Amino acid sequence: MLLRHTGEEVVERKALTVNPAKTCQPVGALYAALGVYKCLPHSHGSQGCCAYHRSALTRHYKDPIMATTSSFTEGASVFGGQANIVEAIGNIFSIYDPDVIAVHTTCLSEVIGDDLTQIIKKASTDGKIPEGKLVIHANTPSFKGSHVTGFANMTQSLVQYLAENTGKKTSYINILPGFVEPSDMAEIKRIAKEMGVKFILFPDTSEVVNSPLDGKFHMFPKGGTTVEQIKSSGDSMFTIALGRDSSLPAAKFLDSKCKVPYEVTEVPIGLRATDAFVDLLRKSSGTHVPDSLMVERGQLVDVMTDMHQYFYHKKAAIVGDPDVVTALAQFLSDLDIEITAIVTGTPSGPKFEKRLREFVGEKTVIKTGLNADMFLFHQLVKSDKPDLIFGNTYAKYIARDEDIPLIRIGFPIYDRVGHQYFPQVGYKGAMRIVEKILNALMDRQDRDAAEEKFELVM
Amino acid sequence: MEEKNVYTAVDPEHVRDSILKKYPAKIARKRAKQIIVNNVGDNDLVPEMLANARTVPGILTMRGCSYAGCKGVVLGPTRDILQITHGPIGCGFYSWLTRRNQTRPETLDDTNFMPYAMSTDLQEDEIIFGGEKKLKAAIDEAVALFHPKAIGIFSTCPVGLIGDDVHAVARDMEEKYPDVNIFGFSCEGYKGVSQSAGHHIANNKVFTDVVGLIDTPKPGNFKVNILGEYNIGGDAFEIERLMAKCGFTLHSTFSGNSVYEEFASAHTADLNVVMCHRSINYLAEMMEKKYGIPWFKVNFVGANSTAKSLRKMAEYFGDKNLMATVETVIKEEMESVEKIRNEVKSRCEGKTAMLFVGGSRAHHYQDLFSEIGMPTVSAGYEFAHRDDYEGRKVLGSIVVDADTRNIEELTVEKDATRYSPRKSEAEMAAFAKDGFEFSDYKGMMAEMPNKTLIIDDLNHYEAEVLIEKYKPAIFCAGIKEKYVIQKSGIPLKQLHSYDYSGPYAGFEGAVNFYQEIDRLVNSNMFRFVKAPWQGNPELAGSYGWTK
Repeated sequence: MLLRHTGEEVVERKALTVNPAKTCQPVGALYAALGVYKCLPHSHGSQGCCAYHRSALTRHYKDPIMATTSSFTEGASVFGGQANIVEAIGNIFSIYDPDVIAVHTTCLSEVIGDDLTQIIKKASTDGKIPEGKLVIHANTPSFKGSHVTGFANMTQSLVQYLAENTGKKTSYINILPGFVEPSDMAEIKRIAKEMGVKFILFPDTSEVVNSPLDGKFHMFPKGGTTVEQIKSSGDSMFTIALGRDSSLPAAKFLDSKCKVPYEVTEVPIGLRATDAFVDLLRKSSGTHVPDSLMVERGQLVDVMTDMHQYFYHKKAAIVGDPDVVTALAQFLSDLDIEITAIVTGTPSGPKFEKRLREFVGEKTVIKTGLNADMFLFHQLVKSDKPDLIFGNTYAKYIARDEDIPLIRIGFPIYDRVGHQYFPQVGYKGAMRIVEKILNALMDRQDRDAAEEKFELVM
Repeated sequence: MEEKNVYTAVDPEHVRDSILKKYPAKIARKRAKQIIVNNVGDNDLVPEMLANARTVPGILTMRGCSYAGCKGVVLGPTRDILQITHGPIGCGFYSWLTRRNQTRPETLDDTNFMPYAMSTDLQEDEIIFGGEKKLKAAIDEAVALFHPKAIGIFSTCPVGLIGDDVHAVARDMEEKYPDVNIFGFSCEGYKGVSQSAGHHIANNKVFTDVVGLIDTPKPGNFKVNILGEYNIGGDAFEIERLMAKCGFTLHSTFSGNSVYEEFASAHTADLNVVMCHRSINYLAEMMEKKYGIPWFKVNFVGANSTAKSLRKMAEYFGDKNLMATVETVIKEEMESVEKIRNEVKSRCEGKTAMLFVGGSRAHHYQDLFSEIGMPTVSAGYEFAHRDDYEGRKVLGSIVVDADTRNIEELTVEKDATRYSPRKSEAEMAAFAKDGFEFSDYKGMMAEMPNKTLIIDDLNHYEAEVLIEKYKPAIFCAGIKEKYVIQKSGIPLKQLHSYDYSGPYAGFEGAVNFYQEIDRLVNSNMFRFVKAPWQGNPELAGSYGWTK
């Protein structure tokens, strides 16, 4: 057994986290910053943070993840990191020449209390920031929230630093995609284009962290939302925020800063969440849902109906990030899959549970926040054995020990490819999830069936 | 040397100048001391390298931190020391199973904490009011849930700043749980300038708090500890196989596939051999001073190096039977190695390699490349010190800077009762006369040809220049560099994680590596990078029937 010390009996823990179902803010902030064109994320802290975050994202995307660090030593930790970052800013512009440096803090610089707003001003006064270039920052203390919070905070900072209300409204819709994959961001754009909606999507990591191999390394790949686009998001007529935890702070900030009204809806994973997104796009932009999308929707409903017998009364347990988990749980419920347990390490508050209870039963165990970790998740799996587990790569240790198929969804996925290129959002994405579920269940049935029960047609 | 000197076509001085000219003056001055054209003089004298120096802020570095070196590298591979990361969640998360240290518990009931990441997950309140109380509670919970015999506490950056005393907590909790050995590491990420500081911190604590606690040796003759072998991709398994086959008793490995008791009784062994000099030479030195165990450097990377290392170990014991067995083993193993080596060499000969990794690997792996005829044209370490480049002869002349001064240097005395020199003075004199070297490491540079380019703490921009100027057949580094280099159409072999394969140590490992390099440089997929029509842009838009 891989996790041989995990017993079934749940004992309440208050201090020890075992096998976390979250990680820290800066990695989410770094990822969000990669979604801005010609932006170089910068980690204000020790070298190790940046090395760890780059490694984690590289393993997940199998693509270059570029970011710099303030390289704190003990001296910087005692006297403050201002000298380090001011030096870093100068070096970054002269060596790598990005258009934007997006700084995120770390627990170290937060504890020291470095005031980034003031430091960036000083760097500007000192002439360290060339004409036309920008340095922005987000506070991302690792001792609050999770990687999802970090993503939300950096997205909010983009608004805070860049969005402008010029007084001339445009007919654009802002779409905040939430902490999803580059393939998902591309799919969200495709849906909006299909509907003829004029939109600004940010951050947008498509073609940044899933860039093509063309024989040349591009420090700044061609993907990413431009600064101009984010600036003009302040003039847009509406914002659609996908995912309460990862997108709401930016949408709220944009509303209060530039008077752009917003609505928050689920990350469009599954049929109903996609319906809600499409409907919101339609209403906010005054467009129609084209036949092409209706065909995609109809095909999804067709497969759901055709294969319903394989979903009905199957059981699933989910571990992951709140926005993704919420939409996924809704979709699984719509397929008539029962959900035994939902765990997220991100502290998501009572709203998360309340929303989930709208479509999962009272029997479903929901754990969130401190000590809601994968150790607890494993114990819940042991006590009520599901047919499927949904989670990131780390869940495979549980899946193997308990001999339950795992469907990989969330962050990080270190051991499979696909998430970079094939979306999980939209009707097409839902179809992909359905396919994965069916493959997992049917492969299992084919493996386990008695010879006389072995089915040719399923 | 039989390798073709293909690399002489590139002038290393020119490459060096090209790199330096883009830098602002201050950086250029510093990097000039870390980018050195190799020149080996008499007595293996090589130019001085600036190493173990701060990375310039804002430079895209490969380096990590002290915590990574301590928890991730040195202690991580041990399966039955329960490891609690004290700090916010990230550090514990990122060091969770990501280094591929394999371990093999002997029975289903044996302890194995390696698939578990444990953390105090400090929150804002604890950052403000202190985290010691939570750490104590976490230890209570860990003891109740997992019943460990030892607990290591690893400090992350904020812990040092908020003033949590992990050592005091360890003492208090050890009083509460006398059967559990509890010790803390002050390996905050900001200590030192790289992972290297963390290695030293780990060595110190393991030496003071673990080694020497159990005086019962393992049964068997010719007891050897291997220091600095972390069982990435199963390297230690292959070394274990060879040790057993030759008749050595492998007492403890620090720390691949290891258990606590082996650390605690390591001082009862007859010999320490050191694989990764950078990460563990401290422990070898301290054990020699305190217990009288001699050490020398070995290298199990490369078939020839493996043979050489096994012979040296047998020679140390001086036992005729042992030496004969070692020769038999080498002969037998080499037969299958040679067959594949020659075949692969015929396809790889003359292709060039670059290695930028670690504190030993960039040196060790040159042996494997050279065995298949591939010269290393440029190499450097990520976090090594001057002695790893220039040899231990420069130890006395290394200037201790502020960053190093912060890492404790233990004063070690002979153990009153347990110090016992393994060899008599006369025996040691005889060894010296035969040129048998102890306590030495010659470093990377003396073993590299002149005019190779040695670069310490290579950064992204410099790697790009190297690729452009040298167009090597293969580049070796880590995960962060992997896809950056590959986008340029050059294969990168990860020498931290081995790209999820291995082992590469020992004889079986050598064969694995030859075949892997053969795959990477000869059957590469990069030939598909250009679409068929990209070669003939002038034909765009013309159709066959118009001709």
